[in-house]
Amino acid sequence: MAGSVLLTNIEVPGIRDFAVYRAHGGYQAVEKALRSMTPSDVSAEVTRSGLRGRGGAGFPTGLKWSFLDKRSDKPRYLVCNADESEPGTFKDRYLMQHLPHRLIEGLIISAYALGAGTCYIYIRGEFKYLVGILEKAINETHRNGFLGSDILGSGFSLNIFVHPGAGAYICGEETALLESLEGKRGNPRIKPPFPAFRGLYGCPTVVNNVETLAAVGPIISMGGDAYARIGKGRSTGTKLISACGNINKPGVYEIEMGLPVEEFIYGDRYCGGIRNGKYLKAVIPGGSSVPILPADLILSTAKGEPRLMTYESLAEGDFATGSMLGSGGFIVFDEDACIVRNTWNLTRFYRHESCGQCSPCREGTAWMEKILYRIEHGGGTLKDIDLLVRIARNIEGNTICPLGDAAAWPVASAIRHFRQEFEEHVTDPGKCRNQRTN
Amino acid sequence: MEGTHKISHPQFVREGKQFSFSAATMLKVRQLIARYPQGRQKSALLPVLHIAQEESGGSLTVDIMDYVADLLGLQPIEVYETATFYSMFYLEKTGKYVIEVCRTGPCSIVGGDQIRQYLREVLEIGPGETTPDGLFTLREVECLGSCGTGPVMQVNTRFFENLTPRRVDQILEELREYANKNNPDDIRWQDQFC
Ligand SMILES: Cc1cc2nc3c(=O)[nH]c(=O)nc-3n(C[C@H](O)[C@H](O)[C@H](O)COP(=O)(O)O)c2cc1C
Ligand code: SF4
Repeated sequence: MAGSVLLTNIEVPGIRDFAVYRAHGGYQAVEKALRSMTPSDVSAEVTRSGLRGRGGAGFPTGLKWSFLDKRSDKPRYLVCNADESEPGTFKDRYLMQHLPHRLIEGLIISAYALGAGTCYIYIRGEFKYLVGILEKAINETHRNGFLGSDILGSGFSLNIFVHPGAGAYICGEETALLESLEGKRGNPRIKPPFPAFRGLYGCPTVVNNVETLAAVGPIISMGGDAYARIGKGRSTGTKLISACGNINKPGVYEIEMGLPVEEFIYGDRYCGGIRNGKYLKAVIPGGSSVPILPADLILSTAKGEPRLMTYESLAEGDFATGSMLGSGGFIVFDEDACIVRNTWNLTRFYRHESCGQCSPCREGTAWMEKILYRIEHGGGTLKDIDLLVRIARNIEGNTICPLGDAAAWPVASAIRHFRQEFEEHVTDPGKCRNQRTN
Repeated sequence: MEGTHKISHPQFVREGKQFSFSAATMLKVRQLIARYPQGRQKSALLPVLHIAQEESGGSLTVDIMDYVADLLGLQPIEVYETATFYSMFYLEKTGKYVIEVCRTGPCSIVGGDQIRQYLREVLEIGPGETTPDGLFTLREVECLGSCGTGPVMQVNTRFFENLTPRRVDQILEELREYANKNNPDDIRWQDQFC
């Protein structure tokens, strides 16, 4: 499959075993890095690749690594964010389940570049069965001399441990994750200081997403320049997209950045079109936190250009007419989907997952949920719709962590693009056959 | 432990039963603690609570949390504080099987709402409740990270995907059959760590 970088060899039987993975070229990137490159060579290669964080924010990985406090004499940590709890997102799970060694290989090279002697994989507790898969893979890698002390005689030593969470979306936020890793409640920290200076146990720490770190092996193998030639513009390389909702073929697809959205939705190699021959109504392209777009605006930008699967193209038009690539959780709605109901549903999610530290988020998500419930259940007023917009605006930018924004954007965008549907739920309850009127 | 503050709260179950890990489990717990730097044993709290909850039959009582506090050299309040934050720790008694069915958007738009309703009907309980025979606890939870194969539910953290009412019937039937044995598919937390 073209554009297959991260998922190369995923179809090989037994690829989860060290021996099979190794026989298919596995851990050659580790050999290359540790035998012929300095840590700063590795970082430079990652910078050249243009790799950007796959956890949602798209921050350049090489740049993030360069912030790591080099003057501190404290130990450094690499933390792999495998919390994957953003509704619509299930790509990291897929990668870890089928290709655990791709991740471990990336972790070894990344830790080498950063001078980190310990790496924790923080995985959501619900993925208990993956803990065993990863631990077994780590153990095998150890036995084969690619982990532990003095790896390949390079003088570099590394241990990797899997650390389970226990059910809390907020622990995907990097500072909440660190709190949780320290055995505490997952309350996000005020930044600065950033983890690069004061992260785990107050030590310099880099937190990266599973997919980001897994990409480091292929980048070292092919070279940063070659990776940067894949994709389009500043959206280099490939991206895992987890597609779900009312489509014929839900699943995880590795796409080359720059693929037209239309081809992704309708192409036989990808989602295969809308289920039951229905029409496309809307898409949330990057996990539940990003703005929803109606069919016309997801297929082409307001300027009339085809919308592409890149950070830039999906954001074209900003929030007025655009959205974000986010985590790559691509949620497709057909003509029957009720936007009001879905917005209420997602707001309930954020209300439930708010850690409660900031009033705008704690109170705002609760109010929004209550009002949306009212509208969905036939008790809303037209004023409620404006009230929702006001609350969303007052949450945005006024909280410690971006969960507040993540809760506000879906509401604001749903009303922006589907205001009429909200109004109809008020003026003509029951017209929408998905509306609950009691 | 002297000078520690223990809790008495109506929501918390204190059975006054002594809890302790078996020697084999204790070995595993010691290995887990050693994964974190000296003096940072609090980091082992979540994995150790997972193991404790499983060993005790599915929920955390105050006695267990106090025991874990002792083991990790923490104030009991530190353990309560953490345990109450996370949705996978159950502070009330649960049934043998905890059914956690996803209620979030992506599952909801592919039939998840109907599956939730169906579970309520066939089990004749609401979310948060346990069947009178003590077999099933029903919980409606947020996204389980399995949106491409929704509707989805977990039973004691085992995934069941692409659910239909018929499939739910089959699963419940199988679980009832295994009620008095150990389910062969059950995976234990402590076996997950090498
Ligand atoms: C509420 C919230 C939840 C998040 N959940 C995740 C997550 O599950 N996985 C993830 O990798 N990043 C998540 N992030 C982003 C992380 O904070 C962080 O930016 C990311 O792990 C950095 O890695 P990257 O640069 O490789 O993307 C979340 C952020 C927020 C605000
Ligand atoms: S924005 Fe919400 S989740 Fe984030 S720190 Fe504030 S209250 Fe907690």
